[in-house]
Amino acid sequence: MTSSASALMHDGQGVLDRIQRVLHRYPVVSPALVLALALVVFTITGDGRFGRPQTVGLMLQQTAVLATLAIGQTLIILTAGIDLAVGSAMILVHLVMAKAVVDGLPGVGPVPAIVALVVGILLGMLLGAIHAGLVTRLALPPFIVTLGTFYVFQSVGLVYSEAQTISADAMGRDSLLLLTGRGLSLGPVPITWGVLFALLLYAVVSFVLNATAWGRHVYAVGDDAEAARLAGIKVTRVLFSVYVVAGVFYALGAWVQLGRSLSASVNAATDANLASITAVVIGGTSLFGGRGRILGTLIGALIVTVFRVGLSLAGVDVFYVNMAIGALILVAVGLDQWIRKVGA
Amino acid sequence: MSTVEATDTKPVLQAEGLIKRFGRVTALAGADLDLYPGEVLAVIGDNGAGKSSLIKCIGGAMVPDEGTIRLDGDVQRFRSPTDAQQVGIETVHQSLAVAPALDIAANLFLGREWRKPGVLGSVFRVMDRSRMRERARQALDDLGIGTLQDITQAVETLSGGQRQAVAVARAAAFGSKVVILDEPTAALGVRESRQVLALIEQLRDQGLPVILISHNMPDVFAVADRIHIQRLGRRIAVVTPQTHTMSDAVAIMTGAADE
Repeated sequence: MTSSASALMHDGQGVLDRIQRVLHRYPVVSPALVLALALVVFTITGDGRFGRPQTVGLMLQQTAVLATLAIGQTLIILTAGIDLAVGSAMILVHLVMAKAVVDGLPGVGPVPAIVALVVGILLGMLLGAIHAGLVTRLALPPFIVTLGTFYVFQSVGLVYSEAQTISADAMGRDSLLLLTGRGLSLGPVPITWGVLFALLLYAVVSFVLNATAWGRHVYAVGDDAEAARLAGIKVTRVLFSVYVVAGVFYALGAWVQLGRSLSASVNAATDANLASITAVVIGGTSLFGGRGRILGTLIGALIVTVFRVGLSLAGVDVFYVNMAIGALILVAVGLDQWIRKVGA
Repeated sequence: MSTVEATDTKPVLQAEGLIKRFGRVTALAGADLDLYPGEVLAVIGDNGAGKSSLIKCIGGAMVPDEGTIRLDGDVQRFRSPTDAQQVGIETVHQSLAVAPALDIAANLFLGREWRKPGVLGSVFRVMDRSRMRERARQALDDLGIGTLQDITQAVETLSGGQRQAVAVARAAAFGSKVVILDEPTAALGVRESRQVLALIEQLRDQGLPVILISHNMPDVFAVADRIHIQRLGRRIAVVTPQTHTMSDAVAIMTGAADE
């Protein structure tokens, strides 16, 4: 083997280059490493409690709502958009669904849970379509559109629910709406139907993004909208569909939320708006659009929960948790910036 | 036997009397264009001579106010680039119209992905990735682009010339009748420009007629069989590299030859 100094220098650069290329090609690698590392470290520092099946199950349950909402967020960010209203849209939808089975819909008496669920999905799609219309027809930036609707949805939710909490008893404890909270065990790990449902959604969306032309067009539109248009892709139509699909995930997230909290309240999951963006970014999806993987988002959402639980079990003051998550976001964004420079 | 081009060869593509006005500005004032089988036709002209309007009308990106476009003798009315693509006219745009994060194969098929046969394709809309990759590789091989080995490489990891080669390969793979190249070397260095010119000759050798829009006279004189000179919204002359020099062509183009 030759080992001249210049060859060494070249090799050193080559390694960094190669890392950059691998991360460019497989954006899930870095969040997966962070998650694996966090699991190892917290298992050691968590004096035996962290690695327990019960803790793992609990973390999965705590992540399910956010993970579901973050799917829609990922789709929107892949198109180089952003959705600041996911959380308040989800809260509005979950209130409407809960109220539908208790007090009924406006002008109608109480409806069966399945009807409430369908109404919730339609409402989610409507909210998504409002975003889509403002973004595509009026060409407004998604940031401003969803900042506006964030307040609007929140306030509509307050008015509609009269700030009342709707309990599980009012909905009926074995209502379909609360199915997502029912437990089951995955081996020794106690999870809920909501967790299973969220995982299933990831599998479906991952398939759609990777295997269908629509999925490819979502990437292309976020990557370079003009190139996509010249290639014959109907950019407006793709964008519209993405916001409407994200709307479906408001409703599915709302369903998981009902099972998780076994109640409906305006005060539920108030941090979901920003937390969903956190999960997407930590998961390795670029805020500039066109690159990232949906599974990265699932890992990103898990990382947030693992850090919260792991740090608190390690006896770290809860005030430091957000510092750690904030640092992760900055590292993720910096990494993305570096990865995007490949070959440029 | 020498292969002399028959004088009665019909044009593949023929534009007649194209007129396009933008308010009081006339971009095309009765422009004509003839493209014959297997030739490279360069289109040159000063800024504002109507080159891009002419090419946009032919590529479907612009609808002329008046005039007709014939492909193999049949009158065509393009409302969008997709209409033109469907009859086999492909345009490679100046702006390197590729999606940088997508791989080579994905870019070649962008907007017209093939689906798997059977239920998988029709109901579940699953793309036939292996078949598309195979076809993409073949399209690159046809053009002799040996440097592009890995068809699953993201386009942004390629050099400018290689990206342009991907765009040309894309046009060649789908353009069964005509390939239009709009300033394909404008953003490239000398060596890469030469590679793209070689690609253009490759297309012609495959029998695909090419329209090349360029500002670069040496490029034009290197590959063109005929040179269409556009001036003030009209075709003012058609010359060949054999009969005219670059300065002749520039003189006609700028109107200096009139004096």
